[in-house]
Amino acid sequence: MSEPIIELAGLTKKYGDKTAVDQLTLTIYKGEVFGLLGPNGAGKSTTILMMLGLSEPTSGSVRVCGIDSTRQPIHVKKKVGYLPDDVGFYEDRTGMENILYTAYLNRIPKPEAERRAKELLERVGLTDAAHQKVGTYSRGMRQRLGLADVLIKRPEVIVLDEPTLGIDPKGVKELLELIRTLSKVEGLTVLLSSHHLHQVQQICDRVGLFVQGRLLAVGDVQSLSEQLFAGEPTVIELGVDPLEDQLISALSKMDGVRNIEQKNGLLEIRCDTDITTALLDKVRDMKLSLYHLTRKQYGLDEIYHRYFEGGEPA
Amino acid sequence: MTEQKQEKTTHPFWVMVQKEMSDQIRSWRFLILLAIIVLTCIGSIYGALNNIRQAVSDDSDFIFLKLFTTSDGTLPSFFTFVNFLGPLLGIGLGFDAINSERNKGTLSRIMSQPIHRDSVLNAKFTASIIVIAILFFSLSFLVMGMGLITLGIPPTPQEFWRVVFYTLVSIFYVAFWLNLSILFSVRFRQPATSALSGIAVWLFFSVFYGMILNLIARAIAPSGQTTVDEYIRFQELMLGLQRLSPSTLFGEATTTLLMPSVPTLGFLTQEQAYRYIPSPLPISQSLILVWPQLTGMVAATLICFAVSYVLFMRQEIRSR
Repeated sequence: MSEPIIELAGLTKKYGDKTAVDQLTLTIYKGEVFGLLGPNGAGKSTTILMMLGLSEPTSGSVRVCGIDSTRQPIHVKKKVGYLPDDVGFYEDRTGMENILYTAYLNRIPKPEAERRAKELLERVGLTDAAHQKVGTYSRGMRQRLGLADVLIKRPEVIVLDEPTLGIDPKGVKELLELIRTLSKVEGLTVLLSSHHLHQVQQICDRVGLFVQGRLLAVGDVQSLSEQLFAGEPTVIELGVDPLEDQLISALSKMDGVRNIEQKNGLLEIRCDTDITTALLDKVRDMKLSLYHLTRKQYGLDEIYHRYFEGGEPA
Repeated sequence: MTEQKQEKTTHPFWVMVQKEMSDQIRSWRFLILLAIIVLTCIGSIYGALNNIRQAVSDDSDFIFLKLFTTSDGTLPSFFTFVNFLGPLLGIGLGFDAINSERNKGTLSRIMSQPIHRDSVLNAKFTASIIVIAILFFSLSFLVMGMGLITLGIPPTPQEFWRVVFYTLVSIFYVAFWLNLSILFSVRFRQPATSALSGIAVWLFFSVFYGMILNLIARAIAPSGQTTVDEYIRFQELMLGLQRLSPSTLFGEATTTLLMPSVPTLGFLTQEQAYRYIPSPLPISQSLILVWPQLTGMVAATLICFAVSYVLFMRQEIRSR
């Protein structure tokens, strides 16, 4: 990957005795979509606030686009667009007025601001509602207006805090597609925080797992699951007809098989390595008919459960 | 090229001031406050005009200023009203300055734009003070205009400048309350709490402070045989305590400005009073006389501003 655009080094934030962010070191590269993943209260928002210079770190450093966020927040804020979770707009102003205000705060001259606002509203599908008061907007519309609001200053990096919260599935899909396009077509760097696994999985190049202020693992979903489940048995689900004890005993004698369990008429085979081919051969030899075979993938769900609900991380 | 571009655009601070001003003027709250103030002022001027013949026959100097200070006994005079309602205006315009933005989630969005954090506070203050200044100047000039029509005598330059200075002092006075309420809006999350705290302070100074001072006075008043020195010291102490209240300061300042015949704001011994030749002070002397009061009010305003500034700088801008 190319040059780093967000660099966090030993970042720590304490509120009294409580450590919200603990020694966070993370580098995000230009043009990637990075998902910061963690349960509520993990310190995701705090980290984002420190990146924007809205909160001062207790120790450590934050550099965004090569600028120190703590020292020169204004310069960072020129280059970074931030969409807070549950973004607020001036309800008695129209959508257009709201984003024009943001444009003027960024010193964009009037004609240029109006042109960009129109273009962006069209892009997020709010052209018809542009002159309605924001008070009448639905949640999804607000979120899309938020995205337009973030983009009007032509940022290099956009930071989205829980962008999909409270939007219906169709809205989520559209929003994520929009984010993905922005990143791929315009080379924007996107950092988004979420506790919605599937969504993050869909669009992120890399994810970081964030629990109790600490970054537990970083990588793409594939390598993350390998990293986390190293040493774990591969699980193969097998459905054959007829299911006979003879088969089970034959299978359990195979190399690498640890144990076999029967679940809902399926066999769950735990083995050290991927022995799917060998299994298939066996089934074929015994002339049984095969109707189900999957190798269990560890998605973010499993990763998530492992960390957040399984008590102490492994 | 970029230099040129920068010149054409308005500074973000003034963009914010513009927006805040239009917010204030469009809001219902402002209309309500405006209605209250305009109605009471019209009422008090009506009273003053009814009574002005009587007042002029007592003392024919500074007829114009009497419009602001005379009352017919049923309604308080214009300047008493401003003294009483000014704080309400200040509190009304400022009590939800920061916390409502925070509750609506707009603060974090605005703060993520390239602006300094204090610009938010400064812009809110500037916008409200501009609105107040416009309001007060138009009120004062309206009163003068009504006087011009009904009395048929133009104000002398001195009277005109006295009214202008009076208006400026009123703006300072309201600015103090505005800043106090902005301070509460930074400190308290709920607009209702901050409005109530503002009103509580206002009531304390306009109602209870006097009572408390009376109690203190009764307790520490020199009794039995007292020397003049002791008595003067007591009086000065009480006056000093009274002056802790911004409305006393404002009252003294406006009295001096609008009633040029007031010779001093301190204490006159009988001897001094005996030697005093009653004659109106020139405007420069009146200004010198109210200078400490004015400084006091500005200082109180600055203290409130500094505290809200520090509080705001330390706060973390979270979304909702």
